[in-house]
Order: sequence, then C-alpha cells, then structure tokens
Amino acid sequence: MATNTVPAPEQPKTLAGKAALEVDDRIPIAGWLRRTMNKVFPDHWSFLLGEIALYAFVILLLSGTYLTFFFDASMREVVYEGSYAPLRGVDVSAAYDSTLALSFDVRGGLFIRQVHHWAALLFVAAICVHLLRIFFTGAFRRPRETNWFIGVALLVLAMLEGFAGYTLPDDLLSGTGLRIFSAVFLSIPVIGTWVYFTVFGGDFPGELIIGRLYILHVLVIPAIILALIALHLTVLIKQKHTQFPGAGRTEHNVVGNRLFPTFAGKATALFFIVFGVCAALGGLVQINPIWLIGPYNPAQVSSGSQPDWYIGFVDGGSRIMPPWEIELWGYHIPPVLWGALGIPGVMFTVMALYPIIERKLTGDTASHHLLQRPRDVPVRTALGAMALTAYIVLWISGGNDVIAEKFDISLNAMTWFGRIGFILLPPIAYWMTYRICLGLQRHDREVLEHGIETGVIRRLPNGEFIEVHQPLGPVDDHGHGVLSYGGASVPKRMNHVGGARRAIKGFFRPIEDPAEVQRQAEQEARGLEAEEASRELTRSGRPAEGGRPSAGGRPREPRD
Amino acid sequence: MTTTDHRPGSTGGADVPGPLHGGPDDDYTPQQLAAMDRTELDRLGARYDAVEVLHVDPVPEPGSPLERKAARQVTLWFAIAGLSAVAFLVVYAGSNWFLPDWAWEPGDRNWSALFTPLLGVTMGLSLTAIGIGLVLYVKKLLPHETAVQDKHDGSHFDRVTTGATLVGAWHNSGLPRRKLLGGTLAFMGAALGVMLIAPLGGLIKNPNKGNPLGTTPWADGLRLLRDDGTPVRPGDQVPGSLETVFPAIPGGNSVHHSDAAVMLIRLRPDQMETLVTPAGQEDFGYGDYLAYSKICTHAGCPVSLYEQETSRILCPCHQSQFDVTQGAKPVFGPATRSLPQLPIRVDEEGYFVARSDFREPVGPSFWNMGRLN
Repeated sequence: MATNTVPAPEQPKTLAGKAALEVDDRIPIAGWLRRTMNKVFPDHWSFLLGEIALYAFVILLLSGTYLTFFFDASMREVVYEGSYAPLRGVDVSAAYDSTLALSFDVRGGLFIRQVHHWAALLFVAAICVHLLRIFFTGAFRRPRETNWFIGVALLVLAMLEGFAGYTLPDDLLSGTGLRIFSAVFLSIPVIGTWVYFTVFGGDFPGELIIGRLYILHVLVIPAIILALIALHLTVLIKQKHTQFPGAGRTEHNVVGNRLFPTFAGKATALFFIVFGVCAALGGLVQINPIWLIGPYNPAQVSSGSQPDWYIGFVDGGSRIMPPWEIELWGYHIPPVLWGALGIPGVMFTVMALYPIIERKLTGDTASHHLLQRPRDVPVRTALGAMALTAYIVLWISGGNDVIAEKFDISLNAMTWFGRIGFILLPPIAYWMTYRICLGLQRHDREVLEHGIETGVIRRLPNGEFIEVHQPLGPVDDHGHGVLSYGGASVPKRMNHVGGARRAIKGFFRPIEDPAEVQRQAEQEARGLEAEEASRELTRSGRPAEGGRPSAGGRPREPRD
Repeated sequence: MTTTDHRPGSTGGADVPGPLHGGPDDDYTPQQLAAMDRTELDRLGARYDAVEVLHVDPVPEPGSPLERKAARQVTLWFAIAGLSAVAFLVVYAGSNWFLPDWAWEPGDRNWSALFTPLLGVTMGLSLTAIGIGLVLYVKKLLPHETAVQDKHDGSHFDRVTTGATLVGAWHNSGLPRRKLLGGTLAFMGAALGVMLIAPLGGLIKNPNKGNPLGTTPWADGLRLLRDDGTPVRPGDQVPGSLETVFPAIPGGNSVHHSDAAVMLIRLRPDQMETLVTPAGQEDFGYGDYLAYSKICTHAGCPVSLYEQETSRILCPCHQSQFDVTQGAKPVFGPATRSLPQLPIRVDEEGYFVARSDFREPVGPSFWNMGRLN
C-alpha cells in the first residue's frame, strides 16, 4: 500500500482539468467514461436503421409533450367557435375542438402536431426496416434472441401507440377506424361482447374511449416502450454489435470506430438529420388535416378512408377475407376476426418465434457475432421474401379502393387480386428469391476462382479471343484463384480492387497535387497493391505483369 | 483501499489525495504516466479496455488547401444552421408583430398559409445543416482510425462464484426443507397478484343488461328525419335516390345513437320489377320505398356509396356490396349478413314513420348474436 500512496499524482493546471478532478473525486467516473468512449462500434450504413427509430422516438417524446399542453382528451360536446371559419357553429367533441385550437389558434401548434405525426410514421417505418435488416443478416441468432423478442414487442407496441395517437383527435377518419376496431373486439368468440363493453365502457362510442386511449398513448405505452428500449440498448451494449465478415473480423472481436469521437459524432449527426427531416416534413407536407375531414359522426364516412400506413395491412386482411361466417349451434364467428386479428396474430407470433424455429430446423445453437449475407442463407432469405410479399399484398389491398380509382381498375378485381395474390404470390417469391440467392452464390465462387472480368479482350496467337480475368489473390498452377469464400462481399469490378486511382479533389480546379495523390496511393499500399507486394512470397509466386492495369500492368489470363 | 487498511482517515483540514486504487495504478506510477504524451496515454487506456487501434488515416495537413477547404465547408454548414435557427425565430416571433398575422384566414396566398411551411423549412434546414456539418467534421477533419476490440464471453469464474453465493443463500433460507413455508409463500404471491389487479374489474360492463346490442332507438310511430331535422313524405325523393334518415328523438343523428342511421331508398320502376323481398319482410317497405340500416354488417362503417345502375350499396371501408333489390343481401366483399330492414309506414299527416325497431341486431356480427332477446 505504502508504495502506492507516494508520490502524489500531478495536479491538473487547466480549469477544465481541475473541474474534472473535482467531479471524479466525488463520483469516480473516469474509468467508466474511458471504457464507454473506447467502446468499438462497427461501421455499416444498415446499422443506423435502429438508431433512426430511436431518434424518431426522442422527437415523439419532445413534440408529444408539447401537444399535451393544449389537448383536451374529452368527448364532452362543445360548439366549435375557433378561428377556422368553415367549422364555426358545428357540434364537436372537446378532443376535436382542442385539436383544431392547437392547429389554428396556437402559434406553431400545427407545425408541432405535424412533426409529431410524421415522426410517428417514421418511427414505425424505421423499426420495420431495422427488423428486416436483422432478419436477413441473421443478427437474431444466439445470443441475440432476447433482443429479437424485445424488438418484436416494440414493433407491436409502436403500432398500438400510433393507432391510439391518431384516434385522439376524434375526427371522422379516426372515428371510423375506431368503429372498425370495435367490430374486431365484438368478433372475438365467447367474450367478444364483454370485451367490447369493457373497452368502450358501454355501447360504441360511449364517452370514455378518448380519455382511455389518451392515458394509454401518453403514459402506459410510452413507459413500456421506453423501458424496453433501455433494455434493448443495454443488451446491445453488453453483447456488443454484430459485424459483417471482412478483413480481420472474427467472432471474437469488433472492428470499427471507437465511440468517441467518431461514432458519437456520426450518431449525433444522424439525430439532427432525422430531426431536421421530420421538421421539414412537419412544416411542408400536410398530414391528417382533421379540419377537412370533419368531426366524427357514426352516420358519415369518406370514400378512400385509409388508416396510417402501418395499420394498412390489417385493413387489407379484412378487405380480402371472403364472407365466411362460421355458425355453430346459433353462435357466430364473423370473418372480421380472421382478417383483423387472425392474420396479424399469426404474423407476429411466427415472427417472434422465428429464432427458435430456425434453431430447431438447422440445429445451429452456436453463438454468432458475424452477420450473414442474405444470399448465403437462401432458405431464410426466401422465407423472408415470402412473408414480405404476403405483407405487401395485404398492404396494397388496404388501399385497393384508391388504386382502383386512380388506375381505373374494377374494385372487385382488386379484391380478387388480393385474395388470389395472398395465396399465390408468396410461394413464387420464395422460389425466385431462392434461385437468385443460389445464382449470386455461384457468381461469388466464379469470381474467386477465375477472377474479375476486366472487359479486356485479347486475341491469342492461335486466333482465339478470350476475356482477360484479374485474379483476386494468389493462383494455383492452373491459374485458378486459391482464395476461398469467407462470407464477405466479393469485389466484382476492377474499381473495387483499386483499378482506378482516386479522383483528384477540387470542383473548378484541383486543390491537390496529382503527383502527391499518386505518391500517397503508393504509400498506402492497401488492397491489391499490398496483395501484390506479398504475392512474391506465396507459393505460386507469380505476380501480375507489372501491377494494376492503371499503372500499365497487364493482368494475366487463366490458362483454362 | 483494502480491508487490511486500518488507518483512521481524514481528520479535517485541506484535502489530501488518498491512496491510489489497485489495478492499473499498480502497473504505472504517476511519473511513468506523466512521461507519456496524450496519444500514448490514449492508446494505453484503450489497451486496458481490450481495444487496439490498428490504423489511423492522417488528417489533411494543417494549413493545406485540402484542410482549409474542409474547414470552410464545415464552418459554412454550421453558419447555415445558426442563420436558419434565427430565421425560424424571426418567422415565429415576428408574425403579427413586424410581419403579417399568422392566424388562419381563407386563401393560400397569404402569410398564414406560409407560416407553417416557413417554420418547417427553417427548422428543418437548421437541424439538417447541423447534421451535415457534423458528418463533414468527422469525415474530413478528424483522423479516421480503425480500432479492434476483443469480445469477451461469460467468465467461468464469475458464474461459479456468483452461483455459489445465490445457492448458498437459498440453502441458508431453509426453503428447500420448509415445505409449508414455501407453499404458503407461493399462495401468498398468487393471491397478492390477483388482489392488485382485481380493481381493474371495475372496467367490466355487462353487455346483456337491457339488450343494448339487439336494439336501436327506432320504435313504432317514430318519424324518419333528414339530417336537417325535416320529416320525409312519399314523393319527396326522385325514383332511384337514397337519403339518410334518423329517428325523431333528441340526438337521433349523433354519436349517442351510433346504430340509428337508416337509408331511405326509392326504387325505380325497373328496379321494382326485379325486386325480391326476403320472406317475412314483404310488407316492410312502403310502395317503392325501402328503409335499410346504414351500419355495415361487416365492421360497422356507414355504407354510403349507392350505385343506382347496379342497385348496389358499397361500404367504403372494406368494400362489401349489398343489393337493395334483393333485401340488401351482400353480393361481394367480406360482409356475411344482409343489412337489416326497417319496417316503415306513413302516419296520419303523411310522413314516413317506423313501424317498429329492427327485427335483428344492427351492425357487425358477434358470438351470441342469434341468442339475444
């Protein structure tokens, strides 16, 4: 001990240094902070999709809090007397009245309301695209099944949160959607009427539902979402991020940038860009203009009534469901149950269980930290394409009336397209995706074996024309590449392996010295050049003729 | 500090730095650390966190044209961000002060129509410009390093020692032996859980009290009123037309009676020729007038779109189609039941009135629909 106490460490001299010492003296945080800042994150654009969802949620919390200062979640009847002249004197609910006031009588209120709505659409969209990335790259495999379950739960909650949110203004469009929801509750076998009366506190619509949806929307669901996001991120940090296979990347390391400053800088930038896009959309692109739609009236409806995009597939399922009502001993199970509850129920159950299903089918119980390219797992990729196709057919059917009107197609034909397409198109998508995956796999192998097509045609002394191929690495005695496929992307063009020099920077005139760029490129000696430098030492020992093509070297052709 | 340290500690006065903590502080003396430069210290700390910096692309040389250009770009974007934020404030606070009023007024060529778009453009540009500036900063002015960090699996030592602590406590509690206590704890937990959620039972409402799902406000002698409150008499409508009517009660056309809306349809002569009335409903109409519930039997939307040529009524929500000349039978789409028909007659003053309520439940089907009384 004594050896450690003397001499005292050097004291900081700058103000910031002194302040930092004062803080760390009280709350020892330096070690934790250093570990956090040194955490390495892999760099790939597709890893930003989940971040977009996170930032959209932050924007939703900020804008949503603002909206609660003005919104009155009550179904009390009032007469509208605000500034929007066309609706003055109309009987509306307090919820609708306060949403109009928020839009027309609060400075900037409409802007924030529209930012909130756009951010909500983006939130669900980002979650969905993030989910597809996780699925198609196999990032859900052990040890990340927990985060997959949390993610599926977050998607379902986000959709419910969105539905509760857009129902709050109590306008004609959302009221119609709520009525359809009431029919879905009512369709549940045995307990349907009890669920229906419990949810609405009596017959539809009653006087309670907006208040109930409000507390779900601003407290209960966001609190659960927030807790699950915290858990999602904690698990992510604990497990470390997955990475695509590549040079130096293994199952036991992470290659990328340290959190501070590179990753933090980029992540902060992404937050501001997402926020900026939502703000621009909120100001420039009108969304949910409830003053044009009008207050809810159970006897009225607009044609072309569509929910927000993420509920569209539920609507589509209800639309294409054939009129099959099951009647047993005088009891009814109406078709709306299958379309609106059955399809999403099956979809989310299979989705949540998929990691377990795949583990059972493949017997692969190992931990994986390296991602897979979709082409390397053709069955999973094809299954995903199949599910996605079924979803898209449902989603298109959710707007089949609009498509029928805009393209002058029979509405009934669109319904039949949905019915037949839902059965027929997914298997076709499976087969096509499977074949495409195999084709891409074969092409990867071909390039590894024979090299990249250079586009250079050479005439041999015997008159035969051949295309010159650039091998990616060492070759064996027959001119075949000896590199084996390692799950990483294979370069397919000469430019991918440095066939062209980097462009000289400068818009009107060069701002760098071309000779200096040339020198740097040679110094870097990465990629092909590094390979070539070391190729002399490999067993085939045959370097290409004088370096890469741009440097005047000529690639050699395989001999068979 | 360790458990073997028995010195009494501070007695007040000026702060004296305490003993250094173990770990790295044992490996590196303050003098050794003081002799290192910042990069070395950074790499040393990284190594302690299992991070190795493999490669650093240098930043452009300070003062070089490339560096000056990059710095100019970054500065420009941050300046745009600041100026846009000021522009937002000017639009936001200046409207109705030195700028025109922002409050809504008719027309789309005035300041009020520009107000929200201007807020969006300025705030959107400001925030996006910050993002772009930051990206350029990171990409063009900061060194690009490639780092690699080891991933550690769970430690066997941690598992064994933690397990020993947990199992030890479980064993010491005696719960494996004390069966009655354990059983009582389980029972207590279950009862407590149910007790805590039981008050939610207050939400439950009985749907079978007074048959609310099987009845509507319609009753014998109630007039059919248009949405402006006027009664309808035969001859008011042209053949082939449809009108939405409501029961003559307070709030007949309101959210309080969401099942009350009725479509009064006057058929054309040629429709009358092909008219098929379901058994038991032959006398529900009045001449060429028929009255059907407007609430779709599929999901409860108001069926609203009447195509005279084909005698079909379309629900815009899920495209169920009902043929009014066949007792409003569903002919396409997901609906399974006909729209209920309202029996009508004409009262002494010559206005349409209902003869009774609907004979069957209005709106979507449900489990015990056929068993209501």
